[in-house]
Parts: sequence; C-alpha cells; structure tokens
Amino acid sequence: MSITIFVPCDSSAVSIGADRVAAAIAQEAEKRSIDIQLIRNGSRGLFWLEPLVEVLTEAGRLAYGPVQVSDVASLFDANFVQGGAHPLLLGLTEELDYLKKQQRLTFARIGITDPVSLDDYLNNDGYRGLSNALNQSQADIVKTVTDSGLRGRGGAAFPTGIKWNTVLGTPSEQKYIICNADEGDSGTFSDRMVMEGDPFVLIEGMTIAGIAVGANQGYIYLRVEYPHAHKALNTAIEKAYQAGYLGDNIQGSGKTFHLEVRLGAGAYICGEETSLMESLEGKRGLVRFKPPLPAISGLFGKPTVVNNVISLASVPIILDKGGDYYRDFGMGRSRGTLPLQLAGNIKHAGLVELAFGMTLRELLYDFGGGSASGRPIKAVQVGGPLGAYLPESQFDTPLDYEAFAANWTVLGHGGVVVFDDTADMAQMARYNMEFCAIESCGKCTPCRIGSTRGYEVIDNIIAGQELGKNIPLLRDLCNTLLNGSLCALGGMTPYPVLSALNHFPKDFGIDEKANAA
Amino acid sequence: MTESSNIQVTVQTITTALKDKPGALLPILHAIQDALGYVPAESVPAIANALRLSRAEVHGVISFYHYFRDTPPGKHTIHLCRAESCQAMGGKDLENHVKTRLGIDFHETTADGQFSLEPVYCLGNCACSPAMQIGNEIYGRVTANSFDTTINETEALA
Repeated sequence: MSITIFVPCDSSAVSIGADRVAAAIAQEAEKRSIDIQLIRNGSRGLFWLEPLVEVLTEAGRLAYGPVQVSDVASLFDANFVQGGAHPLLLGLTEELDYLKKQQRLTFARIGITDPVSLDDYLNNDGYRGLSNALNQSQADIVKTVTDSGLRGRGGAAFPTGIKWNTVLGTPSEQKYIICNADEGDSGTFSDRMVMEGDPFVLIEGMTIAGIAVGANQGYIYLRVEYPHAHKALNTAIEKAYQAGYLGDNIQGSGKTFHLEVRLGAGAYICGEETSLMESLEGKRGLVRFKPPLPAISGLFGKPTVVNNVISLASVPIILDKGGDYYRDFGMGRSRGTLPLQLAGNIKHAGLVELAFGMTLRELLYDFGGGSASGRPIKAVQVGGPLGAYLPESQFDTPLDYEAFAANWTVLGHGGVVVFDDTADMAQMARYNMEFCAIESCGKCTPCRIGSTRGYEVIDNIIAGQELGKNIPLLRDLCNTLLNGSLCALGGMTPYPVLSALNHFPKDFGIDEKANAA
Repeated sequence: MTESSNIQVTVQTITTALKDKPGALLPILHAIQDALGYVPAESVPAIANALRLSRAEVHGVISFYHYFRDTPPGKHTIHLCRAESCQAMGGKDLENHVKTRLGIDFHETTADGQFSLEPVYCLGNCACSPAMQIGNEIYGRVTANSFDTTINETEALA
C-alpha cells in the first residue's frame, strides 16, 4: 500500500528548504522502490520545526522535523515511512504541545489538507457554511454573523455583522465584497497562511458575504509580495468555478458570485480600506474622507463590504456551527479566536490561534519559549508597525481588544514581534517615523511632512542635541500626527514612537526623571 | 524589430486585452512589468490613450507604487526585508553585508547588470527572519554566508 507523506508548501517552510526536502524524499523513495504519495500540505505554523515532514501511520500523523535534505537518507534508513525512530521524530503531530494547547477554528484545516484540493476541503467540513447560508434569508445570515460577535481582524476590530447589515440595507443594483489581503503589517503572516494553506475557506467566506448582502462580485486585493498565495488563490478559484461554487448559479441556487484576485504594488497604505478601493479603481492609493462609509459608497461608488482575510475566513465556521458556537470563545467584547503570529527574536516562532483572553506573557514564554537569542526580552511590538512597544511591565495584559486599548496599546492584526535587550528603541522609533515617511500617501500634511520631521528630530535626539528642546518637540509632533491625520498611518505612528520614548527613555539618552517632566 | 517598436507592440497587446476590466490600470501596469521587467516611460501615452486618462494620471500611478519601476531592472531583483521582525534578528547587519557584497545601495543595480536591490517592508516570513525574495523565491533565516551562497548559485545559473 502506498504511504502518505506530507511536506508543507507554505512559503515560510519553502524559504527554509521544504521544496528541496520534498524533492529529496521523492527521489530517495524511488531509489529504494518505496511507493509513496507525497502531499504538499499547508504549514501547521510551528516554524522552528519546519520543514516539518509528516507520515500517515495507523496511530495518526507522525511528525519529523526540522528536516534538512541531508537528513533524508537517514530517515529512510530508520524506516520513517513506517514511523521508525529517528532523532528528528517528534511524535504524533496532534499531540505536540504547541498545537494541542491551541483552539483552532479559522485554522482548523491548515496544515492538514492539500490546500488546493477541493475534495480535501469538502471532506474536512468545507462548504458546510455555504450550504447552510443558501438555505437562509439574507437577514438571517447577517444575524448569525452579528450574533457570533466577530469583529474585523484586520486591526480596527469593527463588528463584521454591523458592516454587512449596512450594505444589506443600502439599495443598489451593484454591490461588492472586497477582501483586504494587503497584509502589509510587518510581523504578521496569518492572512498569508490562510491563502496559501486553505484558500477555499476564504473563497467560501466571501461567497457567503456576497449572498448575505446581495453582492455578485468580489475582489481579493492581494499584496504583490505574496506570489505563493497568488498562485494558490487562482488555482482554488478556478476549481471553485469548475465545481459550481463560484459563478452564475452557485450549487443550483440561482445565486451569483464572481471572484477575482487583484494585485497591489508595494504600497503599505493600500491596506487602508479607502486607499485600497482607490487602488482597485486604478488610481493612486490616496486615502478618502469618511463619510461616506464604504458600506454605503465604496468601490466605484457602490455599497461595499471590505473585510480582512481572517474575518472572511472565520465566516464559514460561524455559518456551519452557528453564531453561539463562535461567541462562546473569548472574553468581554472580544469574541471567538485570534490567530496570533509570534515572530522576531523568539525561540518558537509561529502561528498560535487562541480564544481571546490569554496574557501576552503566557504567549511569549509558554508558547514562544522566550527569546531566540536566549537574552532577556526587552520589548514586544504588538499589532504591526503602528502598534506600541510593550515593556516587560505590560506583559500581563490579556490579549483582548479593550484590555490593550486601555494600555494605549494595540492588538491589531495579532502580530507579535519580540526584541531582546540588544535592541535600541530610539533606533526603532526612528525607523517607525521613516517607515511612515516612505509609505505616506501624501494626502494630509501631518503624516506627509510630520513623519520626515519626526525622524530628523529623533536623529538629533540620538546625536544628543538639545534634548530639553527636542524631546518636547517630538511629543508635540506626535500629538499633531495623532490628532491631525486622516487615517491610521499618520494617526498611529506615534504609538510605537511614544511607547519607545516613554518606556525606554535611556535609549534616547535621557534619564526617566527628565522624560517625565 | 527595434527595441522601441517591441515595447510598443507589447504595450498595445496588453492594453487592448485588459482595458475593459473595471479599474484596469494596475492590471495593465503589472502585465507590462511582468513582460518587460519595467514600465517604460514611452508606454505611458498608449496606456493613457486606451484608458482615456491623461498621461499625468498614468505617470502619477506608476510613481505612486513602490513596486512599479520605470528603468530596466538587473537580471535578478533582490527584495530585502527591512521591517521590525527582521531587524530583531540581525536584519541591519545583513543589510550592510548585502550592500557591501553587491557594492550597491537600495534602488540600485550592479554594474554587471546582474542584481537590483530593493527594500521591502515585510514578506510575511517573519517566523523565519531575516527574509529576502529573489524573483518568486523566498529565503528565510538568511545569514551573510547563506546570502553569499545564494548569490553565487544565482549567478552560476545565469
């Protein structure tokens, strides 16, 4: 009987050799006349163990990792195809602590299935949500999403059901569903993992959204930096069309939904929803004034749902298992789960999907295992390049939108980037201002000019020039950006800058007493 | 066929095929850059004409997006990540090494035309920082040594 072996096709796994390992396994099996079926699955998200090779045995899937090409011959010598013992054997994948402690709802299939196999998708609860949705009224679908408590996972955390309800209630011949797949926040990769590892779940979520609000056209606005995701999405979309899950008469229901991937072009600002729509319309990605809300006048002036990848990918399980099922995870007003992304200087970097409520400290040490360098963790930036740096004293903050907001920090898209004690936070603050200058769309003055003045002032501070004058100047400038910017780029760049200044004044050459003044 | 008329034919074919898509400009610019490696200034009038835009509008879009370039790239474009996660894992030192090894700064091309170097702000490979991309290939946990090996291999392929 053929033996099934899994080697991830996730681009992070590939970036550290998964393709070469897969080729070596296929070659070695042929050489030894062993009949194997090699499946390229998504990643389980345990990146320090990638390339993670799994073998299907009677007991379940056994994991070996991290596997390099040079290990392949010895794995075969150890008869790993029958689950043989080897120094790289980690045990049953499902029993790995990092994975076992998670609550995977949105990521339920990722790492398990062949991402572009529609059969795999259907055999693992795929399209059950759509099937339920097709038997419900539009208002009932929207109600289920509202009841689930799902809030936008892109960062702003706006209730998804309320957004959908506005679009549903706005009469128009033409409406649109846009998936914001411009995952530009550094330190985040959950959208990428979904699109590469389970593209059908996003397609299904968007189809449900289209049916719910009466939109027959969807666009996935994907960042150009994700070529692997682009390929996976296009393959899956083509298969969904062939099988009648997209197109003019979805599963014989008479409902229509068309879907197309559009590529961005390296502009961070196009992750802001109005800028994204300008870009989709073929223009420079300048931020629009709001109102009008996109839900009322969005793409090409039509009512438009703009949701993040994770929000839309969470919809199928909500429609499958019900709003209550999803809402029962989480705390306070943060319901359901959040796929957190542990990155930077951390021993066990990876994807951790959990119900809201765990503390940052548990995430960093219980899951992350501390810093990769073995040095003390100095600061953690949560929520992307516009998120604040948290010092050790804030590590007990629960992962919850409101708890973070109360600390003047941001949970955002769930990116967690760890820095050890060698990081210079003044340099990081300078970088944050520089990033804002590079990526500003230029529409409003505080962001366009303030960011350049910002890193100039920080340069002066780093050079030790007139701290008594320049520190208040930097604070004043941040205040202007915070209150005078049109969107979050200018409006939130002060979060990392001021948190670095407030928590790590020594890095700016000042003692804490002077800073407090 | 001269290089210039080759460009015109390519641009014409692409604009004709894509101009009726809603919001066609970015798909057209992508297709041109995929075919030619850059968006030549001489393609602007044809695009503007096909989409009934002014040349200034088309130029404005090309110059707004970091990814589009109006000069031919080197044979291989290296996108090196400068973002926080990569910085936390020695990205700055790697950046210095890369610039020294290639003898160029960001937005420049080596004298032999082999490599262009561009900064990128996150490749979504933050769990394997520092990261870079050459063409469609993504590289993780890049060190000075592994960078040199990759560059030598890429050169040897040429």
